[in-house]
Amino acid sequence: MTPNNNSPFPTEDRIWQLLEEVSDPEVPVLSILDLGIVRGVRLEGEEVHVTITPTYSGCPAMNTIATDIRLRLLAEGITKLHIHNQLSPAWTTAWMSEAGKQKLEAYGIAPPQDATGHVLNLFGQDPVLRCPHCQSTNTRLISQFGSTACKAHYQCNDCLEPFDYFKCH
Amino acid sequence: MQETHTIVVPDVSAEVRQQLLDYVLQLADTSLILAHRLSEWCGHGPILEQDLAMANISLDLLGEARSYYQYAAELEGRGRTEDDLAYLRSAVEYRNPLLVEQPNGDFAHTIVRQFLYDAFHYHLLLQLQAGPDQQLAAIAEKSVKEAAYHVKWSAEWIIRLGDGTNESRRRVEAAINALWRYSGELTTPSATEQALQQAGFVPDYAAIQGQIDEHVARVFAEATLPVPQGVFMQKGGKTGRHSEHLGYLLAELQYLQRTYPGLTW
Repeated sequence: MTPNNNSPFPTEDRIWQLLEEVSDPEVPVLSILDLGIVRGVRLEGEEVHVTITPTYSGCPAMNTIATDIRLRLLAEGITKLHIHNQLSPAWTTAWMSEAGKQKLEAYGIAPPQDATGHVLNLFGQDPVLRCPHCQSTNTRLISQFGSTACKAHYQCNDCLEPFDYFKCH
Repeated sequence: MQETHTIVVPDVSAEVRQQLLDYVLQLADTSLILAHRLSEWCGHGPILEQDLAMANISLDLLGEARSYYQYAAELEGRGRTEDDLAYLRSAVEYRNPLLVEQPNGDFAHTIVRQFLYDAFHYHLLLQLQAGPDQQLAAIAEKSVKEAAYHVKWSAEWIIRLGDGTNESRRRVEAAINALWRYSGELTTPSATEQALQQAGFVPDYAAIQGQIDEHVARVFAEATLPVPQGVFMQKGGKTGRHSEHLGYLLAELQYLQRTYPGLTW
């Protein structure tokens, strides 16, 4: 794509549409809007400010996401882009869109259960998860830590398939 | 780095700002050193899932360390970056408590070190996120959710090892005997911390000690392990007096940056 100098400068709505096209490099089925990590878009003339927040403190995807945002907006002629990294309020899986949760399950990753409350409950029960392959709820936790920082590792006791769980945060 | 981090530095005297810098570096060093220790397990874990767990926890701590180092660089205001602070300070300048630099030992030693730190870390972050320093509060708000997963993991392993086989019991008891002496430093304020406690920037450790003790006692009880009593507590790391282990660790951690100054990816 090359910038078209005749077209008007993108509006804020258009920028949100473009951000919808940027996907999470580790879970490519999700856009960064599905994930809820874009916290704001602001236009000051031709200067564009995008505020993002990390999912996890050490998430190695954040640099890639920032680069992908830059490249996508550059293709629309946005050259003066400022990406702000914001820590507070801290990202939570409650910000993940319903569409995003459905996409996750269809992709084979169990979506986060009700995010509020139990993350900081140190002695609580683990949530009951539905196997994204056979829909059985007879599943068990293998490890709270999985292939990426945001996922836990489960197994289905019925179809025996292992699966990832996008854990609550 | 292509993103900008909006960092708010509090409006305080030059003296308090220096103390705050020392304290933020202590937090940064603590997270970095423990992250590095855990990363030494990568590829050597007892089973794949636990290898992944330690790498995940290491990554969380590394991310937390970066946030602190970025803040410290801003507080210092002398143009040093997060990388300079992590890679180009010597062992006597490091401010991490002795516990986190102790070697991995066997899996039981790693778990005991982790649990003693996690129990403190979790309760510390809960306080920091409600504290007067905006940037520390933001970092703590982010990290406390991760720390909750860490302490659940290490607590489960304390229980499994303590209430497991004779061999796992023997090993976890040996680890507790070796490491308990380093737990007291976590909540024994240094002169810098004492000064900052008066200004409210560092939590009152006496107030969270009860919560930590209760947490540890609950997990040890389930593990059928006795809580050690009357152990002499070592300290020194928070004032730069380290065990011999830190020098070796930093030699490895800083090797590339010392050998090829300014090297970047």
